[in-house]
Parts: sequence; structure tokens; C-alpha cells
Amino acid sequence: MRIFDPHIHMTSRTTDDYQAMHAAGVRAVVEPSFWLGQPRTSPATFLDYFDSLLGWEPFRAAQYGIAHHCTLALNPKEANDPRCVPVLDELPRYLVKDQVVAVGEIGYDSMTPAEDTALAAQLQLAADHELPALVHTPHRDKLAGLRRTLDVVRESALPPERVLVDHLNETTVKEAKDSGCWLGFSVYPETKMDEQRMVAILQQYGPEQVLVNSAADWGRSDPLKTRKVADLMLAEGFTQDDVDRVLWRNPVAFYGLSGRLVLDVAETEATTHEGNSILRGGE
Amino acid sequence: MTQPHAAPETPAAGIPGGTALALTPVDELQRHLTARLAGAARAWLDQALDEAAAHPGIHGPISVWELRLAEAGRRCGSDHADAARVLILHAAHADMDALTRVYSQGTAAERRAVLHALPHLLPGPDALPLVEDALRTNDTRLLAAAVGPYAARHLTPHHWRHAVLKCLFTGVPVAEVADLERRAHADAELARMLGDYAAERTAAGRPVPQDLHRVLALTEPGPPRHSAADPHGKES
Ligand SMILES: [Zn+2]
Repeated sequence: MRIFDPHIHMTSRTTDDYQAMHAAGVRAVVEPSFWLGQPRTSPATFLDYFDSLLGWEPFRAAQYGIAHHCTLALNPKEANDPRCVPVLDELPRYLVKDQVVAVGEIGYDSMTPAEDTALAAQLQLAADHELPALVHTPHRDKLAGLRRTLDVVRESALPPERVLVDHLNETTVKEAKDSGCWLGFSVYPETKMDEQRMVAILQQYGPEQVLVNSAADWGRSDPLKTRKVADLMLAEGFTQDDVDRVLWRNPVAFYGLSGRLVLDVAETEATTHEGNSILRGGE
Repeated sequence: MTQPHAAPETPAAGIPGGTALALTPVDELQRHLTARLAGAARAWLDQALDEAAAHPGIHGPISVWELRLAEAGRRCGSDHADAARVLILHAAHADMDALTRVYSQGTAAERRAVLHALPHLLPGPDALPLVEDALRTNDTRLLAAAVGPYAARHLTPHHWRHAVLKCLFTGVPVAEVADLERRAHADAELARMLGDYAAERTAAGRPVPQDLHRVLALTEPGPPRHSAADPHGKES
């Protein structure tokens, strides 16, 4: 079984996670830039973070035979902090990099005017750079947040088939599907979806345009949720082909819209240097 | 990425990668690459090199050739991206300021290309801070690119010895270390460091890397077994 986790924050995860993910079948991940838990106070710390998503983290992933790409953006929460907003001016030079496969995660957190501005500006940046966009939907006031998100997408230069709306659930899936966007579901203990509900949604709405992710990060989360969904899909009567579609071909099709996905990790990374510093621990 | 070359002083026989990118003359590198790129990629590279030559140096927040440098992987394919980037940097006559900007704003792949391009672009030691930055990382792809002929020519003995030791620590083949024979020859301090490292490995019950014995043998005083030619005719 081959698995592509289309939304996971590996910066917050350990080498044990990489090892367990590879053993579970994960061969590719996309790491969206996001809020680190501790608020940032200047654009400079974003830049170091972006550099890490384009340098150290893909190198770390390659040690475990996992292809790593990223999406870059000013995240919704910090779009409200005027100290952070100038990072929008730095984004264009990052969005041209080879491993950047979307603008994201963008979207709404508290649905403020500052978030409106950042979302619209970054959808335009995605259109300008021929990139798709990964759009986070808010955790509070979710249905209203989804509607406002879809309104901004409709007004943008980016067609819905180049937009992935993420963190969907039972209350938002229908309107998201009707919009023509790609549908993302985060299977995340307690606050988002679980495996059973995910499989029920797949039974009701089908596997077309659906992406399932673990959204694993520094919170209480599980980087093997993608595999757990795959196993439950099979137990509930889905075919191997359905599983491959949801957990591999759909994310490949969506992020492939960037023209920048390289999934042969052996070809791109230093697998000839197995047994290196990471496996041995730092100095 | 890096093709460990048993004899890095005779580059360009096979696919240029790793230290060979820094040792192969630029015109030869270009012939080699254009012969291997398919139509669309070759046309893209030709145009990128023409643009860089027409508008060299830094212009505004991002120069056109810096954009080409960023997208070289998806245009030429990951096997040829390193060589394409070295050629673009050369065509743009990237100077110290340009190389520093590209390195500091670059992905790991772009940083690697800057390191490979140094001996083609800079006669003096000005870019040592970039080499030393790469040597502080634990990314073996960057480390391998950092120990090329530019480091062989300019790195101080202390930094050079630590670079060799770091290769042994991180599993970068010492075949990547340019001009190893010449610099290691009769280096008693390097011999001491290697001996101490071997003793530490042995005390921990861990194997001593084969490469350590190879370098240790090169530190012997007496007539050198082999003297490496410097393609640029410079000696430090
Ligand atoms: Zn996230």
C-alpha cells in the first residue's frame, strides 16, 4: 500500500514518526507552513521556517525514503498580527522554488478583515505563480467560515479545481463538494475527523476529489491516521483501487497541478548516504 | 545526487555530479549537459543562459536569472539540476554579493549549486563564510558540496581538518573531499584527530569507518604517493 499524506507538519515530529510512517506505507508528504504554537514576532522567523521546509526537513524525510514537498504562506492566525504581515512581500521569491507545490495553508481563523485581505492576496499569489492553493477552514463557526471562504475563492483568479478546502466534516462536505473544490479531511484525535466518520463520508459522497490527511503536528495527533483510514476502508468493503485513489492518486493529482511534484525519492535525495548524521543523532 | 568519484581529479568521464561539478571546466559541463537534455529542457536552458549573460548581476528583489535558478529542477529534471544551476550562475557572472544572496535565499539544492560554482567564479577566499555555513549543517548533500576544490584551496587547516572529520562522522564519502591527498599529506594534527576518533569508536564498541583508515594512511610523512593536479593551476 502506498500512502501520500497531503497535510502533515513534520517539523513537529520525531524520527520515530518518520520510521513508523514509512513502515505503514507513507512514501510522500506535503508539509504546509502553519502556526508554530508560539506566536512569531517578525517576518525573519518565517523566513528561517520556510528555509527549513525547503532544506533540512526534505533532507530528514529522504533519510526514511519519504518524498517531502511543502506549501508556503502567511497562516490565517498570524495574518492578524501586523508584525507578521510583511512576510507577504517575501512570499513571491519563495513561491518560485522547486519543492513548493501550493500556496498554503491560507484561509480563516477568526474571520477578521485582516484575514480577508491576506486570503485574497494569497489566492492571487497562487494564480500568479501557477500554483494551486491549500485553504484551511476554521474550527469555530465552521459552516459560516466555509461559506465565506468559498465566496472569496469565487471572487479570486483561481478556479475551484485548483483549490483544496481542508479540515472538512459532516457539516461542510456537501457545500464544499458543490463548489467544485478538492475536499480535504483531517483525521485528528478529538478535534477533527475520526476513521469511522471518515469512512462514512466516503460511503456517502464517494472517493472523487477526496484527500485524507493526518494534519499531525505539535498537538495530540497521530501521523499514522492515513493508514488507519485505509485499513478501515478495506474492512468496510472499499477496494484496493479506492484506497489507492484516495490516499495516493488524488493528492498526486491535486499537488501535481503545480508541475513540481517529484515522487522518486531515491532519484532526488541522498539515499546513497544512508546511515548518516540523522540516524546517528546530532553532534 | 553526488556520484562518489574514486578519482575526482579526472572529472567529467561520467555524469557530472558532486565534486566533478566544481572540477569540470564550464564549457565542457555545458557540452555534457546539452547533449543529455531533451528538447524542451535544452531550449529552456539555452534561453536561461542567454538571459543570464544579457543581464548579469543583481537586479531588484529578484533577478531573472535567479528565477531560472530556482526553477531549474522542474525544467531540467533533478538529475541535471545541479549542473544547470552551476551554468546559470556562471553565465550571470555571479560575484560575491550575488552568490551570497543566492545562497542565503536558496533551497538546499540552490545552496549546493553555489558551492559547486565557487571555484569557477571566485579566485580568492572571499566566499569562505558560505563554505563554513554549509560545513555547520548536518545535511550530507551540502557537506559533500562544501568540501570541493574551493575548500581545498582556501580553507584554513583547522577548518579543513574538522571538515574531513565531519565527513567521517556523517557518512559523506571522503572521495568527495577535493585534493585530499595533498592536504592530508604529513598532517600530524589530522592524524592525531583521526586516531582519537578511532579510539573513541573502538571504546564504544562501534566500527571504525573504512574511510578513516584511508585518510590516516594519507597523513603519513615522506614522499607523497600521488600529487593531485589543480585544474586551475593555483596552489594555496
Ligand atoms: Zn495544518
